[in-house]
Amino acid sequence: MSMTAKLKVWRGLAPDAGHWDTYEVPFETGQSVLDGLRWIRVHRDPSLAIRFSCINANACKECMIELDGETVYACTARLEPQEMTLQPLSNKKVVRDLVTEIAPPAERFKRA
Amino acid sequence: MTETMHVETDVLVIGAGGAGMYAAIEAARDGANVLLLDRSLIGRGGATVMAQMTVAVALGAETPDHWSHHLKDTLEAGRGLCDERLARLLCEQAPSCINEMDGWGVGWARKDGHITQAMAPGHDRPRCVYVDFLNTGPAVSKTLRTVVNRASGIHKTGDLLVIDLVRVDGEIAGAVALHLGSGAPVTIAAKATVIATGGLTRLYRRNSASANMGGDGYALALRAGASLIDMEFVQFFPIGHLAPRLIGMDPIMWDPFRYKLGGRLLNGAGEEFTSRYGTDEGGRYVLTRDLATYAIMKEVEAGRGSPHGGAYLSFQHCAESELRKAFGPVIDRLAANHIDLTKTAIEVAPIAHYHMGGVAADDRMQTEIPGLLVAGEAVGGANGANRLSGNAITEAFVFGREAGRSAAARAKRMQLQMFRQDDARVALELLESSAANPAGVNTAGMIETLQATMADDVGPFRTKERLTRALGVIGELTSVIGERPFGDGGAFDMQRLDWFDLRNMLLVARSVTEAALRRTESRGAHQREDFPGLLAEWTANQSIRLDANKLSLTSVPALHQAAAQ
Repeated sequence: MSMTAKLKVWRGLAPDAGHWDTYEVPFETGQSVLDGLRWIRVHRDPSLAIRFSCINANACKECMIELDGETVYACTARLEPQEMTLQPLSNKKVVRDLVTEIAPPAERFKRA
Repeated sequence: MTETMHVETDVLVIGAGGAGMYAAIEAARDGANVLLLDRSLIGRGGATVMAQMTVAVALGAETPDHWSHHLKDTLEAGRGLCDERLARLLCEQAPSCINEMDGWGVGWARKDGHITQAMAPGHDRPRCVYVDFLNTGPAVSKTLRTVVNRASGIHKTGDLLVIDLVRVDGEIAGAVALHLGSGAPVTIAAKATVIATGGLTRLYRRNSASANMGGDGYALALRAGASLIDMEFVQFFPIGHLAPRLIGMDPIMWDPFRYKLGGRLLNGAGEEFTSRYGTDEGGRYVLTRDLATYAIMKEVEAGRGSPHGGAYLSFQHCAESELRKAFGPVIDRLAANHIDLTKTAIEVAPIAHYHMGGVAADDRMQTEIPGLLVAGEAVGGANGANRLSGNAITEAFVFGREAGRSAAARAKRMQLQMFRQDDARVALELLESSAANPAGVNTAGMIETLQATMADDVGPFRTKERLTRALGVIGELTSVIGERPFGDGGAFDMQRLDWFDLRNMLLVARSVTEAALRRTESRGAHQREDFPGLLAEWTANQSIRLDANKLSLTSVPALHQAAAQ
């Protein structure tokens, strides 16, 4: 039996109207949590919202989430063959699922 | 559906990487109001931030140099297909941009009081400036972000995905966009629009750039009636990281190691092999990208690859102290990934890295359509059939600055906005419509299928059979996505985002594949196994247009004027 990681992911559009979805993800040594989330989108649920650009380089700094209550970059946090709880950043406004409003205020869309 | 929002600006810059930021800075400096937007964050997505090391420029700081020498190397790398006006602009203007960046405090590496210039493959002398350690891209991005923030007249907006350009009386008058954060449609009136969306590396399974580089600008230009050129030329970076799994590092990170320490490229049996393909490295880094890609893939094909299907890159001959002196903190990041270069060779393989083709433009960055300019990697032609190492960041600066200047000049000439809501209607209707996701269709999976097809059948080695098979898959995927976007249209609706990405990626993939099928020769980054060897009659650029949803391709002799005076 190959090893799996169990990702418990918060889903929703507002903090008081969310739920948890749990996904079993194939585990390979050395993978990142973002690898696991990308696997979920391709193989289980394409509606899961997560934001990232650079995939693996830790250059774009977009994939910040809370992993077991701690703020991490999903691209550098290691996937582990156990249950891991993933939530949107608690100090930012939730946009959807793991996506939060992380842009500096001067870089957000507003009517000119 | 959320209410449509409308904004107006003199100059609209689509894409906030190096080229887009430089264009915005220059346009603002010339007095224009600028809206700089990006589909993700400002100055953090795209390819610039991922650059590991070299920026080519004839500064003459290390050894005497002149832009004409840089141009000669650029044209040679381009295998006869460079648009010499663009290549000349790139080389001639490079020193002034690099010095301007220096003045803005980017921190180019220095020794003995001058900027250090490293030797890179394909150059006739040390010419590449950089920021230590593997920090060129982040330092360039940070510097440009700071200048953008200081400038007056630049408004910035992230999370805005441009769906289509708006064409009024044959000119570009603005754009229609989707605000990802809310799902709301946005119309933008602009007197001049600059496409600075980078290349198309996301079309390939393994690539070295951001997930947001799926050829957006090419698709926007095609649908607006502009031409693309040289679409068949996709550069593969030969020594992208393959194994062991390494996180928090860019896959092209081994390039700087080779610049500084040489390193040995070995096959699965631990033998040096590049001499079999015509170039003996002798511990130095001299192999150009197209030749190295060829050598590694042929070695794998002959059954002499490394365990994961690439080659070994070994620094085992280097002392720990030498490695640490050259790469300091990077050695610790490798240790955190359980990699000790003194004990193990890592595995590398070619990875999609850059696209030579792009939107056709003149040396003012003006496309064929008034009101539409282009900058950076999105520009086609400067690099011909193969790009010289170090020219990508340079062209982001030079072409960005030129595009910003041209855009501001047009904005100044235009009294009024040409934008009419009526001409935005088709794009707005698309944005406001919605179709049910067909049962069993996973949009993220479709993107993965396209990436696999492009990697396997439209990679560095091509045949009629494989290219035809790829067109079949592209056609099937195109019919699956249909005419109307999936999803509910709310905030950060990923399936809707995937749908709009697939709409662009499939059109661009078709352009690459059809151009590759039509070019019945091998040249630079385009290698046809069924047509080996370069043909004089193919010293021509292929131009592509979209007419009534069909691509039309024509060949035009390569532009060899002006440059070598």
